[in-house]
Amino acid sequence: MADLSFVRTELVPQKTPPASEVGVIGWMRANLFSSIGNSILTLLTLYCIYLVLASILPWAISPTWGAASLTECRGILHELGREGHFSGACWGVIRDRWTQLLFGFYPSELYWRPILAFILLGVALAPVLFDGVTKKLLLLTAVYPFLCFWLIWGGSIWLPISIILGFVFAIVIYGIVSKATSTLLGAIVAIVTPIIWWLFLAAPFGNLMQSFIPLGIEAVQSDKIGGFMLAILIGLTGIFLSLPMGIVLALGRQSDLPILKGVCVAFIEFIRGVPLITLLFVASTLLNYFLPPGTSFDLVLRVMIMVTLFAAAYMAEVVRGGLAALPKGQYEAADSLGLDYWQAQRLIIMPQALKISIPGIVSTFIGLFKDTTLVGIVGLLDPLALSTNIRADMAWNGILWELYGFIALIFFIFCFAMSRYSMYLERKLATGH
Amino acid sequence: MTMSNTPNPAGQGFQMSQLLYDTRYRSMTIQIVALILILLAFGWLINNTVVNLANLGKEIQFKFLGEPAGYDINQRLLDYNSQDSHLRAGFIGLLNTLLLAFLGCVTATILGVFIGVMRLSKNWLVARVMTAYIEIFRNVPVLLWIIVIFSIMIEVMSPPSAFRKGDASMLFNESVAITNRGVYIPEPLFHNTLGNIPLFGESSLRFDVSLDLIAFLVVLFAGIYAAMRVKRRADKIQSETGERPTTWWQRLALIFVPAAILLTVLGFHLGYPELKGFNFKGGTYMRNSLIALWLALSLYTAAFIAENVRAGIQAVSKGQSEAAFALGISPGRTMNLVILPQALRIIIPPLISQYLNLTKNTSLAIAVGYMDMTGTLMGITLNQTGREMETLLMGMAVYLAISLIISGVMNWYNNSVKLVER
Repeated sequence: MADLSFVRTELVPQKTPPASEVGVIGWMRANLFSSIGNSILTLLTLYCIYLVLASILPWAISPTWGAASLTECRGILHELGREGHFSGACWGVIRDRWTQLLFGFYPSELYWRPILAFILLGVALAPVLFDGVTKKLLLLTAVYPFLCFWLIWGGSIWLPISIILGFVFAIVIYGIVSKATSTLLGAIVAIVTPIIWWLFLAAPFGNLMQSFIPLGIEAVQSDKIGGFMLAILIGLTGIFLSLPMGIVLALGRQSDLPILKGVCVAFIEFIRGVPLITLLFVASTLLNYFLPPGTSFDLVLRVMIMVTLFAAAYMAEVVRGGLAALPKGQYEAADSLGLDYWQAQRLIIMPQALKISIPGIVSTFIGLFKDTTLVGIVGLLDPLALSTNIRADMAWNGILWELYGFIALIFFIFCFAMSRYSMYLERKLATGH
Repeated sequence: MTMSNTPNPAGQGFQMSQLLYDTRYRSMTIQIVALILILLAFGWLINNTVVNLANLGKEIQFKFLGEPAGYDINQRLLDYNSQDSHLRAGFIGLLNTLLLAFLGCVTATILGVFIGVMRLSKNWLVARVMTAYIEIFRNVPVLLWIIVIFSIMIEVMSPPSAFRKGDASMLFNESVAITNRGVYIPEPLFHNTLGNIPLFGESSLRFDVSLDLIAFLVVLFAGIYAAMRVKRRADKIQSETGERPTTWWQRLALIFVPAAILLTVLGFHLGYPELKGFNFKGGTYMRNSLIALWLALSLYTAAFIAENVRAGIQAVSKGQSEAAFALGISPGRTMNLVILPQALRIIIPPLISQYLNLTKNTSLAIAVGYMDMTGTLMGITLNQTGREMETLLMGMAVYLAISLIISGVMNWYNNSVKLVER
């Protein structure tokens, strides 16, 4: 009887998966055409994308970079046989006016100053934003705000120096008084002294020093400052000042001291309850009423104050969210270690609360930067207001979409970069598993 | 703050230094110093204001509100002419603000939920397109969107004359006309109208309430209430017997049949816009500034709402839907009964703040000339009367009140859906 049993001695070689399950086709089957409904959806979306691109691309691809006026653009397009209202974009306006969109009416021979300020901004921000940058640069970061304002507005160098002196006084006096008596008294004196200095002594001191040692660069009027430079200036001021203010307000709102708490709540709720534009109206029409008779603040400065207050209230709520999200055990642990309030805040609470609130903080920053476009309504030359200004020129009368597109693109780049950075920061600081 | 409660060493009474060193008294010191500083600051501001106003010969008074406004408002919900008072103009502006905020919130919610859900789609292309939409709209200022859409309305849409020549045609069976001046839609009219009730006589706040609308709403809500009763009864029968009676047609009939009967009795018909002369006549006219603001605010806010919706749905743990499937609940009911109630709890608080943002952003209407409260009270009235202090304070107070009311109502709703903890 013949042995019919069969035992395979070697493994059958693995078969390659069917072509419909791997590679491009497999991916498309899984992600685009997994069911009839999905296939219809995919085709519909593709059609919508085609419609959008078909209406924008033929217009956007247009060899008009070199044109010096709208008529010239039309001429170039006419030679190509492209006629009609939406035959092609006129990109010449961007080449012709991009410096204006960036700097407003800033004197062109002084463009190096905002550019230098912008480069220094990168250097000053590096130690804050990224690891592995020497921490000695933090000194530049501390001085940078004054340096930036001096570079852009120009004038005597003694004015920013006398303002810095106020901060120096505060630190020195706090050190002396808090050692001699108590930290509380030190803090009070350290708050009051610089205020007195700035209100009454800083300006005479600056003038005096200027008359002895005249040091300065050409001053530039505020109405010359515009475009993205203005947006970035207002945005940066708001960002730098609103974070500390917001933290203080959030702590005030969380504190056990009823008077402080009441003031903070009232401030936050008032600011958050009214639109920014009304606050800008206050800046442009009312703020001078609140200041001593005869003082006339620069409109840019007034707007900056209001934008900062506005952002600070939102920041306070974001930080408060972070504080509330922290487990109660963290507060109790800090107390049981014998840390006092500020030590606990500085070493235990704030590092964690701020980490939790990073997404909120960054989206407040992004919102603040976008809101700088509103200053055009009270007469400052933000990029949108400048686009109206450019249209007033006969050469570019009737240009709309190119300018709007350019402005939108720049805003998009800034805001998108900020949101991506916040994601990077969240990942970097994540301590969970 | 309240850590050290060591008693005073024996034989020592209260000492001034305790105000600085003793945590029991220190908080008082801090508060009093803060209060003094705040009062000083306020006193300084008020004093400055008084001196400045006196120097200008102005005093704070609200008489200007009764004077004739002298300007026209081109888009309005109530009757108004240039002889009406500034207060009336401000009121018309406020209604325009509320109209825009309402329209925007409704559209933004619908769009935002749709986009947020689509972003979680398994379809790669759809999810990417929705992400692109969200990023593009979130990262560009809303003012730019408003102006761009306004420009599109003006530059791309056909003028009314094109409709005469036949270069453009009306949509939806000759009922909607989209022109570069605005959009004309059919208006609801009644043959046997019940009339209006005028409220507040001839005052600035006079208000005509349409009885037709009231009757319609009453019938509609009564129908919805009855339908809810039917549903509750079905729920009860289901929990007692396990059999659910089929009620969907009863509920639909209860809602729609009485409303339809009422509309027939009142002689409801639509008044269509018609081209007469150089422009359209009849129908409801929505200026392109209103349309642009409505679209821009909705599209912009929808991007934020979509992110909230996505985050809310993703926050509901996967085990919840798996548990529901394990119980044999159908996917649709899983969504309605398991996922959505939990996701809503997470979505609603940020949704409230998006509604508030949208309402505040309606003040950007001033950039395209829509006459909302910022345009009337805080715009033309301010410029004509020179009363910056009064108009701005009034305007801010109204915005503050709107914001507080919206957040109050929404917080109430939020509390009612909140998880009840032990």
